[in-house]
Amino acid sequence: MNRLLGSALFAVLLSGVFACSSPERKLPIYGERSTVEKEVDGKVQVDTVYQTIPDFAFLNQDSVLLTQDFFKDKIYVANFFFTHCPSICPTMQRNLLKAYEKYKGNPKIAFLSHSIDFKYDQPYILKDYANKLGVDNDQWQFVTGTKQAIYGMADKYLVYTKEDASVPGGYDHSGYLVIIDPEKRMRGAYDGTNQEQVDKLLEDLDVILKEYQ
Amino acid sequence: MLIRSTLYISSIIGALYLLFSCQSDLSIKTMQYATNGQKLYVTHCQNCHGAQGEGLGQLYPPLTDDQFFTQHREQLACIVKNGMAGEITVNGKTYNQQMPGVPQMSAIDIAYVLTYVTTTFGKSKTHFSQEEIEAFLAKCK
Ligand code: HEC
Repeated sequence: MNRLLGSALFAVLLSGVFACSSPERKLPIYGERSTVEKEVDGKVQVDTVYQTIPDFAFLNQDSVLLTQDFFKDKIYVANFFFTHCPSICPTMQRNLLKAYEKYKGNPKIAFLSHSIDFKYDQPYILKDYANKLGVDNDQWQFVTGTKQAIYGMADKYLVYTKEDASVPGGYDHSGYLVIIDPEKRMRGAYDGTNQEQVDKLLEDLDVILKEYQ
Repeated sequence: MLIRSTLYISSIIGALYLLFSCQSDLSIKTMQYATNGQKLYVTHCQNCHGAQGEGLGQLYPPLTDDQFFTQHREQLACIVKNGMAGEITVNGKTYNQQMPGVPQMSAIDIAYVLTYVTTTFGKSKTHFSQEEIEAFLAKCK
């Protein structure tokens, strides 16, 4: 009798353990989506099309044109900053540096910082900045472009940017760190000035890495 | 009953003793200045110099070089108010960057923030007085 009770209890405990282990967590896909219908072998199929980051060509810290080819098969984290930013950027870059150091040498992860100070942040300024920040390989790219191209790109990443003489430094922007997957889709956005959200970013990068192993 | 209350009282004394012996050796005034300064630090300095005054790479120097503070005690107020540029050595490393100042900061606020920085990240045990800061500011280059 006692043994029966014991094994029943054991079974209940076990089921508890299994009920709690949910399937692998996946990051959501952000942005607008639409559906397209297409015919495959005479049957109509419905596909979901997600918002993606459009093609770009920006000058990087080595004065080389950087395009999406660089990020082929990679997950990358994008943000917007400028080298003379007195407000949120140093904190945001200090936090992104933690991610860079954690994944340094991992060919699946890259980082992309866009300067929104298209007047001052020439490639050699970006290079000096990268060196002094402690970035010593090409895994973290720093780019500049025309105002139209960079600010237009910020919209695509859903990051707010604006030239504004009334804010310290002359440019207003939000400090989001955005995860882009190898299919150019947005998979996460984190406030780069908030410690908890930065910890979440590091966690979520591990999650999405599993998806694209 | 007597034993119980004796025990009770002595444990209170013990707790009080522990509390005070753990207190730092800063005066009440210095601690007040540092507390006020912490808020100002978060608003005006932390972005660049970091929550622990650790700085960031070669871009922003740390605020942990007590020797620098002692040697430049008279210039610190001017650095906060007017910013600084040019080559400096902090903790044995050279920096050659630009710091924008906070020109609207009052003498008393500068006293608060510098007290916070020099006692929390440096080894100072005393506060900056408002009069002292005003005298330093009058001599800014
Ligand atoms: C926009 C970034 C920025 C902000 C904000 C800033 N600093 Fe600095 N600070 C710098 C840089 C850069 C230097 C080094 C300048 C150089 O190389 O000559 C510096 C140097 C210093 C130094 C002398 C060197 C050292 O490390 O001890 C002190 C002291 C200092 N800052 C204190 C402050 C205080 C206090 C505040 C807030 C009121 C503040 N800073 C706000 C960027 C900043």
